[in-house]
Amino acid sequence: MFAFAIGRLAQMVVVMALMSFVIFSLIGLMPGDPIDLMVASNPNLTPADANRLRSLHGLDLPIWERYWNWLIPALGGDFGYSRTYTQPVFDILLPRLGNTLILLGLSSLLAIALSIPLGVIAAVRRHSTTDHAVNLFCFAGISVPAFWFGLLMILLFAVTWGVLPAGGIAPVDDSGFLARLPFLIMPVVTLSLASLAGHTRFMRASMIEVLRQDFVRTAMAKGVSNKRLIYGHALRNAMLPLVTILALDFGALFSGALVTETVFAYLGMGKLIFDSIMGNDFNMALVALLLATFVVLLGNFLADIGYAVLDPRISYRGREV
Amino acid sequence: MGGRGRLYWYRFRQHGLALVSAGLIILIAAAALAAPLIEAALGLDATRVDLFNRLAPPSAEHWLGTDEAGRDVLLRLLFGGRVSLLVGLVAAVVAAVIGTTVGLLAGYYGGRFDTLLMRFTDGVIALPVLPLLIVLAALDLSKLPLPAAVAQNENVSLYRIIFIIGLVGWTTVARLVRAATLSVRTREFVLAAQGLGQSNGRIMVRHILPNVLSPVVVATTLSIGAIMLLEAVLSFLGLGIQPPIPSWGNMLTNAQELISTAPWLAVFPGLMIFVTVMAFNFLGDGLQDAIDPRSVRR
Repeated sequence: MFAFAIGRLAQMVVVMALMSFVIFSLIGLMPGDPIDLMVASNPNLTPADANRLRSLHGLDLPIWERYWNWLIPALGGDFGYSRTYTQPVFDILLPRLGNTLILLGLSSLLAIALSIPLGVIAAVRRHSTTDHAVNLFCFAGISVPAFWFGLLMILLFAVTWGVLPAGGIAPVDDSGFLARLPFLIMPVVTLSLASLAGHTRFMRASMIEVLRQDFVRTAMAKGVSNKRLIYGHALRNAMLPLVTILALDFGALFSGALVTETVFAYLGMGKLIFDSIMGNDFNMALVALLLATFVVLLGNFLADIGYAVLDPRISYRGREV
Repeated sequence: MGGRGRLYWYRFRQHGLALVSAGLIILIAAAALAAPLIEAALGLDATRVDLFNRLAPPSAEHWLGTDEAGRDVLLRLLFGGRVSLLVGLVAAVVAAVIGTTVGLLAGYYGGRFDTLLMRFTDGVIALPVLPLLIVLAALDLSKLPLPAAVAQNENVSLYRIIFIIGLVGWTTVARLVRAATLSVRTREFVLAAQGLGQSNGRIMVRHILPNVLSPVVVATTLSIGAIMLLEAVLSFLGLGIQPPIPSWGNMLTNAQELISTAPWLAVFPGLMIFVTVMAFNFLGDGLQDAIDPRSVRR
């Protein structure tokens, strides 16, 4: 178990190192470098000044040298400053990360809490009207563009009925959790929709698979009540594969968060990444993207460990195909 | 082969929703292709800016109203449909080609090579793809060593988005093809071909590929919907298809600010995306039932 965890951690470090170089190089290819931006805002700078500034800040060096110059202080904890906010990037990032984790956590919870009963009911009453309705709902959930669904919700609940705020994270004068709740409703529903549909389909398939197995028939023959059979015996086995799906879903959920946060002006990491890319805040974009990757990888890692702990059949040494 | 085709068709017909969806997709595609004809028939011009007639609600003249520049929304939807469908189909094929290649190589050669490729695939699946795609979509093409004809082409946003989506959309196909290849590669006809000294490349293309094609067809159809959603969201964020070319996604970009004055701008393009994506998903589901009825649904 321990060796398995260490191996996965080592893999994570390698992926992070690769991703940081890839993202660093890509950011270098964005339109305009910091000096271009200075020239644009200060007409007194001559091209010679610009070149001098470039070599002063090492911007004329080859990409891998610039990467190295960024990496060494970063490993020591110095990730530099944001251009737009003129503050150390982590001062801006950490509260944003907190907001995003609240959004992700609540959406995940909602999706899990609803998908398990929906999937079980659909599986138990296979081919019934309920099953067809659940199936239709799932197809709608994976087919609807989340940002459009968000727009429709704004149209209905904020513009027409005026019962929910159209965007933001909290009222101006109060940032307690209860005051924030109305601001979370629409983003959480929007973000959880796709996961909910996906999990429900998966849960249904998994439950059907389990209900076919011998131990279920044995329990039935022993005279176990239907309720106990489904919730006591079958459900526990059917839920296990859901853990892997949760892990794979984490990256998609983060992608969804970017869109959801942008639509609802929710001040989270996703919106920060989008805004800093669009606003040429390169260092902010770089660090935020890396942090997002790290959080997603960490989520996958924890789910992997969780799965290994939950399922004694998994071997820790090598993964079976 | 004819017998098998008839069996597939028979099973496909059992899936009522898939049948309806196929009809719907044909209808939407036909309407999009006929956009210039419809334009002429209505006596309107999809690109004409009419500032005296901005944000007009649906009426007899403009069935779905007009947008912030006074352009007819219905016609822009039809022309946008051409772009959105084109991107969906072409990017799905590009992704399928990449996925099939990766899956064939991993499944056929096996061993470490397989582990490496599949780890890579897992990595791509697990990453937060959208933020990375946004970076790719925002790159300055003039900083890349591209021929000027490509970098300055007016359709560059179209090529770029197909390329970007192809880069991340191949994973499902790769896994399915790999699994199918693993089960085929030890069959007698493959061993016979190896015994006859045929090259690995020839064996993969001539003997294995035809036998793994049906999961590819199903996965590609199922991926069209997801790809259209990705195009829509990138275009919505202003990073996909660039105006003045209309796409269903970029028609929604300005809709949010205008949502209280012109809600129809937000409703119709999204509805088109929703209906079309759902139709492709049902179609893929029907194909799956027809070609591989025993497969467990995801």
